[in-house]
Amino acid sequence: MTWGSAAEFFAMGGYGFYVWGSFGVAAACMLVEPLLVIRRHRAARSETGENS
Amino acid sequence: MTSTMQANTRFFTFASPPRFYALAGKLIPWLWIATALLAYAGLYIGFFEAPTDATQGDAYRIIFIHVPAAWMSMLLYMVMAFWAAIGWAFNARLASMVARAIAPTGAMFTVIALWSGALWGKPTWGTWWVWDARLTSELILLFLYLGYMALVNAIDDIRRADQAGALLAVIGSVNVPIIYFSVKWWNTLHQGATISATAAPKMVATMLTAMLLMTLACWAYAFAVVFTRTRAIIAERERDAKWLSGVSP
Amino acid sequence: MTAPVFSAVLVRDLRLAARRRVDALLPLAFFAVAVSLFPLGVGPEPNTLRQIAPGVLWVCALLAAMLSVTQLYAGDQADGSLEQMLLAGGSALPVAFAKAVSHWLLTGLPLVLVAPLFGVMFDLSGRSIAALCGSLVLGTPILSLLGNLGAALTLGVRNGAVLLILLIVPLCIPALIFGSGAVSAVETGSSARGHFSLLGALFIATGLLAPLATAAALRIATE
Repeated sequence: MTWGSAAEFFAMGGYGFYVWGSFGVAAACMLVEPLLVIRRHRAARSETGENS
Repeated sequence: MTSTMQANTRFFTFASPPRFYALAGKLIPWLWIATALLAYAGLYIGFFEAPTDATQGDAYRIIFIHVPAAWMSMLLYMVMAFWAAIGWAFNARLASMVARAIAPTGAMFTVIALWSGALWGKPTWGTWWVWDARLTSELILLFLYLGYMALVNAIDDIRRADQAGALLAVIGSVNVPIIYFSVKWWNTLHQGATISATAAPKMVATMLTAMLLMTLACWAYAFAVVFTRTRAIIAERERDAKWLSGVSP
Repeated sequence: MTAPVFSAVLVRDLRLAARRRVDALLPLAFFAVAVSLFPLGVGPEPNTLRQIAPGVLWVCALLAAMLSVTQLYAGDQADGSLEQMLLAGGSALPVAFAKAVSHWLLTGLPLVLVAPLFGVMFDLSGRSIAALCGSLVLGTPILSLLGNLGAALTLGVRNGAVLLILLIVPLCIPALIFGSGAVSAVETGSSARGHFSLLGALFIATGLLAPLATAAALRIATE
């Protein structure tokens, strides 16, 4: 599959909105979720031993 | 530490939170690397080697995220129910923690599947949402995930929450095929000759390869995130345990 | 051992309900009000109403059943008699089963009896109304059994009633599909045999499995 130019690639034959809308939201979710989890882990670790 | 790791690979050895915590901590970076490599390979083949489809044009490329996400959402539910049941049956704390860790990621994949399904439906079939069997079942699966998460969060007593959640998850997993069947039945009755809104185009080898690679990438991602979340849950629950203070995060 | 426990719990529940008749009628009142909202929201066009009637009546029956189900255990848990019941017998199974039966007798059965009236309001044919009652006779026990399970799972939990609806309604969807589908089929002139067979199979499966799960949930909740 050869795309003529970068513009063609982003246009996705006219369906760019739908294709990148899907992948974009998926990528956003898969970036935000790990960050939230890492934050949760750090918060839990920083509270370790406070009560012991 | 290393001698403990090398010493035994018996299954139940890692059923103890401290050992899992350590092992998972070592695996997680590798899982992220695997995710990145698999995703790169899958996306490359999906966008640069798979041809344009005759009927759907380039819109069909959404399947490279839609189908893996849908498969993961269903698979993770079964895995979640499995570990929850193990935790309940054997009173294994770690198994219950893993089940709780899986739920949000499973729900996320369901949302991605629904969102990408809607965006695929609009250019292909004309409407943002179609009540076809697959999408409707996916929506119900999201409710099942949310129900599990709501239940375990609503019960304050951790052990009771884990057990009730396990029962609910097992009941849910038994119901998933029943729900899917009934929704398919409902769909064919009400719409006659319906074309599924999420019908994939005729699959060429490159398309299949890309889908497979993306699925593996999502699998690796799920492992990485679920392991991290399990470590977070362990850290939260074992807050006062001595072993935790001495271990690196 | 099980039969006396079952009948004791059942009779007690029915007696308590008889003393608080208003509470027992609330689900029916909810059903009536909810059903009446749809013509108001959708418009009085008979053809539209006839088309949506099976779904509307079934969904409102489902919601009415779910709203009344938290009462099954709430009172007993508050005054400690639930723990007594579970301590007395060996298994929680007869208690779970008795609660489901009492719920059906108090909510499900009245819904079956009242449904024809609302079927007429939606201009359903006589055969459709018969199918409606038939589907509710098979369906409302399923709803009672599943609602019972939900009540046991969410026993004593904050916002239990709303949580219960989120948990249990997805599980009721097959019954809803086959139940309202049966009425739609009859209304449009085709056979509802397949629907009733499937509904019957669901009824049997739920009747066998739900009380077991409910008993387990009761144990979990009271340990």
